[in-house]
Amino acid sequence: MSDLRELYQEIILDHNRSPRNFGAPDQSNRTAKGYNPLCGDIVTVYLLLEGNVVQDIRFEGKGCAISIASASIMTELIVGKTEIEARRLFQFFHDFVTGEETVEFSEELEELTALSGVRDFPMRVKCATLAWHSMAAALDGDGAAVATE
Amino acid sequence: MNQIDRVDNAVKLKSVATGFDLTRVREDFPVLCQQPHGRRLVFLDSAASAQKPRPVIDAVRHCYEAEYANVHRGVYWLSERATEAFDGAREKVRSFVNAPKASEIVFVRGATEGINLVASSYGGTFLDAGDEVIVSHMEHHSNIVPWQFLRDQRGIVLKVAPINDDGELILDKFEAMLGSRTKLVAITHVANALGTILPVKDICHMARSRGIRVLVDGCQAVPHASVDIQDLGCDFYVFSGHKLYGPSGVGVLYARQELLELMPPYQGGGEMIESVTFDKTDYAAPPYKFEAGTPNIAGVIGLGAAIDYVRSIGLDQISAHESDVLGYGIRHLAEIDGLRLIGEARERAGVISFVLDNVHAHDVGTILDQEGIAVRTGHHCAQPVMDRFGVTSTVRASIGMYNGRDDIDALATGLKRVKDIFG
Ligand SMILES: Cc1ncc(COP(=O)(O)O)c(C=O)c1O
Repeated sequence: MSDLRELYQEIILDHNRSPRNFGAPDQSNRTAKGYNPLCGDIVTVYLLLEGNVVQDIRFEGKGCAISIASASIMTELIVGKTEIEARRLFQFFHDFVTGEETVEFSEELEELTALSGVRDFPMRVKCATLAWHSMAAALDGDGAAVATE
Repeated sequence: MNQIDRVDNAVKLKSVATGFDLTRVREDFPVLCQQPHGRRLVFLDSAASAQKPRPVIDAVRHCYEAEYANVHRGVYWLSERATEAFDGAREKVRSFVNAPKASEIVFVRGATEGINLVASSYGGTFLDAGDEVIVSHMEHHSNIVPWQFLRDQRGIVLKVAPINDDGELILDKFEAMLGSRTKLVAITHVANALGTILPVKDICHMARSRGIRVLVDGCQAVPHASVDIQDLGCDFYVFSGHKLYGPSGVGVLYARQELLELMPPYQGGGEMIESVTFDKTDYAAPPYKFEAGTPNIAGVIGLGAAIDYVRSIGLDQISAHESDVLGYGIRHLAEIDGLRLIGEARERAGVISFVLDNVHAHDVGTILDQEGIAVRTGHHCAQPVMDRFGVTSTVRASIGMYNGRDDIDALATGLKRVKDIFG
């Protein structure tokens, strides 16, 4: 049972109920769609890239609590980052939820630890990383949809 | 009518089967004594794939231990025994669905391969540009995509027969779609995402009286009720062994003899030939013409054992027992606040599909799993019908002969837990 409480922490439920930076923006210049064939969920990530910096990031879509919360937290962390920093963060997050590396959290990234429960639910890793894959694809800028499989 | 009334009317509740011994049936399924996360395993995902009873497991083991050799080839003792067991299974399948001849039973990998075989061999030969194939709005992807191949390759037109908000085929609209260009109706017997039982006999009559062929996808029908192919009057019928308590990797295509005679082979290779020279090959007679290569020998034998097992329990008994559990489930789940049933057909079998307000099906599935409950969450390989109901995924609890009212109670308790967590 404690695993479940760990997975569905209050922070996760809160982001799920009221996702931040949700909905298509008026202005964006990079977007990508992420698709989870397992459940049919789709998330679209919109970036406003100025120079090398992500000035704005928003998302929309349907998904489980894990994917919505992860997307929501991601938007908070990515805004204001350079392209390189954003990609580095994705790699960091990926390593963290797949449990391949022990990672250290700076204070800034602390909110990400709310997703640590996912490590005990390997089948849900795809949910947690869907929006991140889309964000990276948006940075790549070829506009192709990504799938988590 | 409020929802509860609606549901009570919707399900024809048969009294609990007399002589159906749930405890004994459960003992026949070794997998059920496991305890995921320390809980009793509540397996409610038989529509995806059913668990295997001891006699099926034993038959597969016995095949490998005592009578395994390639079939239809050797002249020696072991090969003869394997061939006998293999051919015996074909006869069991024939009798199970009351097909006229064993030669009309083609072993395939599963329903998917059966439909692809018909689309490719029959469709690829007898359907031309502009000819219409009709499917329903609640097909499994495996009864959609092969027809799309044919659309792209041969220019056939794929049409979709509409369903109502309860998830029932609108029969008069379906009939009105049958026109001079309609050549084939490919339709499910029981819808895997909703549990709707389609009036397949009426459908066959409407189509065949106009000279239209009918393929019926019986995957979700054969585990729940006895099927009589001659009574239905279809041209093709497919199902998968693994949903009928048999091994995976084996399935059945029934087709009328005269069609099998006319259809070209699906694949080329051994077993399907009469004689081969580099100039010319004469094909074997059906069903072998469609069974190129070494078949799934143990799988076929296991399927035969599954049919024996199902018949020993009795399909009428299974049906009566399962409709009791299904009716109980629908009534109890409908009482849960914020739960919406997806599909409320009057005639249904085996499946309860639903969504919970503000909780995604995947989250429901993960939480239920911690309670030892296995349900399917997602689109159930039937995205068009999900779209029809405005959802991307549902929770699907599906019922096999080993499920009881206690499993429904466990599910209801599990759903309370979901609601606790999600507040
Ligand atoms: C109605 C229906 N048709 C076809 C299939 C495909 O069966 P298989 O994957 O065994 O080929 C399924 C199984 O999910 C099904 O439920």
